Amino acid sequence: MDVLTFTDRGIYCPAGDFYIDPWKPVENALITHGHSDHSRWGMQRYLCSDIAAPVIKHRLGDISIDTMPYAESRQIGGAKVSFHPAGHVPGSAQIRVEVAGQVWVASGDYKTTPDGLSTAFEPVKCHAFITESTFGLPVFTWTDPETLSSQINTWWADNAAAGRISLLGAYALGKAQRLMKMLDTSIGPIFTHGAIENTNAVLRAQGINLPPTTQVTAGFDRKAHPNALVIATPSAMAGTWARKFGPDHSNAFASGWMALRGVRRRRAADRGFIVSDHADWQGLNDAIAATGAEKVFVTHGYTSQFTKYLREQGYDAHVVSTEYEGESMDQTEEAAP
Amino acid sequence: MKAFAALFAAVDQTTRTKVKVQALAEYFRTAPDDDKLWTIALFSHRRPRRLITTTILREWAAEQAGIPLWLFEECYPIVGDLAETISLVLPPPTQTSDHSLTHWITYIKALSKEDDTARKTGILAAWDQLEPLERFLFTKLLTGGFRVGVSQKLMTRALAQATDIDEAELTHRLMGDWTPDTTSYHSLIEAPDPTAALSRPYPFYLAYSLEDTATLDPPSDWNAERKWDGIRGQLILRAAEHHLWSRGEELITDRFPELAQLKDFLPDGTVIDGEVLAFANEAPLPFAQLQKRIGRKTVPKKLLTEAPVILMAYDLLEDRGEDIRALPFADRRARLADLIAPLPDTLPLRLSASVPFKTTQDLARERDISRDLGAEGLMLKNIHSPYLAGRKKGDWWKWKVDPLTIDAVMIYAQSGSGRRANLFTDFTFAVHDGDALVPFTKAYSGLTDAEFREITAWVKKNTLQRFGPVRQVTPHHVFEIAFEGIQASPRHKSGVALRFPRMLRWRKDKPTSEANTLADLKEMLAQYG
Repeated sequence: MDVLTFTDRGIYCPAGDFYIDPWKPVENALITHGHSDHSRWGMQRYLCSDIAAPVIKHRLGDISIDTMPYAESRQIGGAKVSFHPAGHVPGSAQIRVEVAGQVWVASGDYKTTPDGLSTAFEPVKCHAFITESTFGLPVFTWTDPETLSSQINTWWADNAAAGRISLLGAYALGKAQRLMKMLDTSIGPIFTHGAIENTNAVLRAQGINLPPTTQVTAGFDRKAHPNALVIATPSAMAGTWARKFGPDHSNAFASGWMALRGVRRRRAADRGFIVSDHADWQGLNDAIAATGAEKVFVTHGYTSQFTKYLREQGYDAHVVSTEYEGESMDQTEEAAP
Repeated sequence: MKAFAALFAAVDQTTRTKVKVQALAEYFRTAPDDDKLWTIALFSHRRPRRLITTTILREWAAEQAGIPLWLFEECYPIVGDLAETISLVLPPPTQTSDHSLTHWITYIKALSKEDDTARKTGILAAWDQLEPLERFLFTKLLTGGFRVGVSQKLMTRALAQATDIDEAELTHRLMGDWTPDTTSYHSLIEAPDPTAALSRPYPFYLAYSLEDTATLDPPSDWNAERKWDGIRGQLILRAAEHHLWSRGEELITDRFPELAQLKDFLPDGTVIDGEVLAFANEAPLPFAQLQKRIGRKTVPKKLLTEAPVILMAYDLLEDRGEDIRALPFADRRARLADLIAPLPDTLPLRLSASVPFKTTQDLARERDISRDLGAEGLMLKNIHSPYLAGRKKGDWWKWKVDPLTIDAVMIYAQSGSGRRANLFTDFTFAVHDGDALVPFTKAYSGLTDAEFREITAWVKKNTLQRFGPVRQVTPHHVFEIAFEGIQASPRHKSGVALRFPRMLRWRKDKPTSEANTLADLKEMLAQYG
C-alpha cells in the first residue's frame, strides 16, 4: 500500500489519517513551512516543526497548532512521523512518514546549500521521495554565497557613494532575512517594508539573530538616508510605495529567475541577483540521489521535463499535480503577509 | 573580451539611458581601435558571418553539458535565447584567458576555413576558457543577431561624446556598406575619406505619428502628400554608378534592376529619398505584388512584367554633388520637381504629388480616402524644415488612416523569445465558418505586459494539445484584430493574408459566438483587397 497518496485536497497518509500541506480544509494538517501555498488557513489541527510555528501562527492567527523538534518521531495512527531540516526557510521541514517499514518523504520546498539562516538541509533515506522542481532545468545554477554577497554589497556601496538609495526586492519570509545577514552594515542602514519587518519581529522573538533594521514609515525622509538599503516585497516595489525613495533610487530583485536575462529585463530592474531558497538543478539531482529513493514524485515546477529526465536516469518518477507554486516569476503578489 | 564583457554588463544592468551612454563612451575612450571598430560594427548590425549551424552548436553544447539533447531543447524556449541557453548549461570553464574582442572575432573567422572536427575543437576550447558572460557574448558572435539593448542611436551618441564629433555627422559616417574588414577606426571615424564612400547613404529622416491636428498651424506652412506603402529607399547616383538603400540600411540595388536606367537621365551627384512601389497604369499595385520581389536577389523576367516598380520620389538630399539637406523642404522639393518634370514618363520615377488643402478638415477628408488610392494615409511636412537624421518630432508627421478591424477567436498560443520568453505572446486567430473555426492570422503585439501575464496564466490552464512549442487552447477569448490591408492568398487556409495584424483590444465582453465570420473577411477582401 502507498504510504502517501495524492488527493484533490493535498498529500494524504491513509495509515495516519493526516494531510501534508493540504490546500483545502482538513482535520489534521502536517505543515512543511510557513509560505502561504504550503501553509493555508482553515485546518482543524496543525502540526509543524517548533522553529516554523511562530511564523505560521503569526500568519494564520488563532489556530490549533502542535509542534515537534527536528528528528524526533511520533506515532500517528499507523504512521511514524518525523520532521527533518529542508534548508528552505527557518523551521522548514521534510516530513518523513514510515508505515510498515516503508519510508516516504515529502520535502515541501527545499534547498541543499546552507543559507546562514535556516537549519541546513539533511538528506533522509527513503523508498519514495516527493520533490519540488521549481528550478528543475539545467540552466539554473546558483551564484556561490561569497560572490553573491560581494555582488550585493558592491551594488549597495556604489549606490551609497552616488547618494542613491538601494531598493532590493525579496520574499518576506526567508529570502529577506537571509539577504540581511549577508549585508555589510558598515555601508549604511537597512530599512524594511512592513511585511518584512513583521516577519523579522517574529523571527527575532524566537531567538533568530538578525542585523538591526528599521521599518519604512509614512514619514520616511530619503534625504536623511542616502546610503540606505531598503528590502521590500516584490509587490511593494511594483506599487506607488517605491516612490518614497526618489526618482534616482536603484532597484534590484533577488530571485532564482534572475538567472534568465529575459526575465530580468522584463522586470526592468537595474540589477538581478541570482539567489533562491529552492534547489538549483544540481541541488535537486544531488538531493534525490542522496535519499536512495527508487520512486520519485515531482510536484510544482518543470514537472514534465524533470520527470522525464529522472526516468532516463533510472528512477521510477511520476508527475504529481498540486497547488504549490514555488517561486513565482512574474507575479508580484507575494504570499499573504 | 573582458573589457567588452564589462561594457555589456554595465549596459545590460541598467534601464537608464544616461548610464548606458556613459558606459559606452568610457569604452570608446579607452578600448583599442580594433575593438572599438568591432563594437561599432556589432551595435550597427554588422556581425561576422555565421559559420556554424545552430543545430550543431546545440548538439555540441548538450554533449559538453552532459545532458540529453531533448533537455537542451526544452530549456531553449524558457531561456529565450540560444547563446544564453548554451552559456547557462555549459560546465564552468577549466581554463582562463584574457584576449581582446578582436582576437575572438578573428578566431571565429579562422575557424570558418576549417573542417567540422577542427571547428568543434576550437569552439569547445573557447567555451572552456571564457567566463559565463564572455562565453555568452562569444556564442552570440557565433549565432548572430547581436541585439543587446543598445540601439545604433545610443551607440552613436556615446561615440559622439567620446570623440567630440557631431552626432549627426557620425551617424552619416557610420552609414553604408563598410565592415571592419574594409576599413579602420581611423579612416571610418577620425579621418573619413569622402571618395571612399561613394555608395554611402544619408541617414533617413523618420516621422512620428500625428497626435493633434492643431500642430499643423498655420496650414500654409505644411505640405501634404500620400503616405505610400512600399519600401522606403534612398537612390544614390554618383560617379556613374547607382545604389539603392533600404531604410534598414540594406543595399537592395540588384533587386530592382529597372531603376538602373535612371542614371542615364539624372545628373551625377543625385540622391533621392522615396518609396519603391509596385506600380502600373499610374497607380500603386497592392503591397503583396511588391512582396514577391523583396525576397529575391535577382529577378526573373516574368516578375519584372508582373510587378514592375517605380521610385516615388519624396525628397532630394543631394543635388549635383551638393548636400542640400539643410535647405528648407520647399526648396528641396522645387529642385526635385525640376529634375523630374522633363523626364519621359516611361521612366520608373514619379514625384510624390502634393495633396492640395486649405484647412485641417480638408486634410481629414483626404486621409479618409487613402485606402481607395492604395495609400496608408498622409505625410505632412513643414515647408521650412531641413532634412534631419533619424526620428525627430515636430517637422514631419505621418497621419495614417484608421486600421481595419475584425473580432477573432484565439485558438493557438506560442511563447515569445528574449524579453518575452516564458510568456505566451504569439497567437493564432480564427473566424467562424459555419461550425468550424478557420485560422486566418497570427498576431504578437498590442497587449500590455499585464495582459500578456494574464493570458499566459490562462493558456497554461486551458491547453488542449501541444504541438512542440505551440499550444492549442480552448476557443474562449475574443480579440479585436487591427490590420492595415487585406490580400487574397492561396497559401493560407482562409484565402486571405493581412498586413501588419496586431491585437487592438482584448474583448472580454464578447463571447466567441460574437466573433466575425469568414464571410465578413471575404467581404473586406472584396472591398479593400
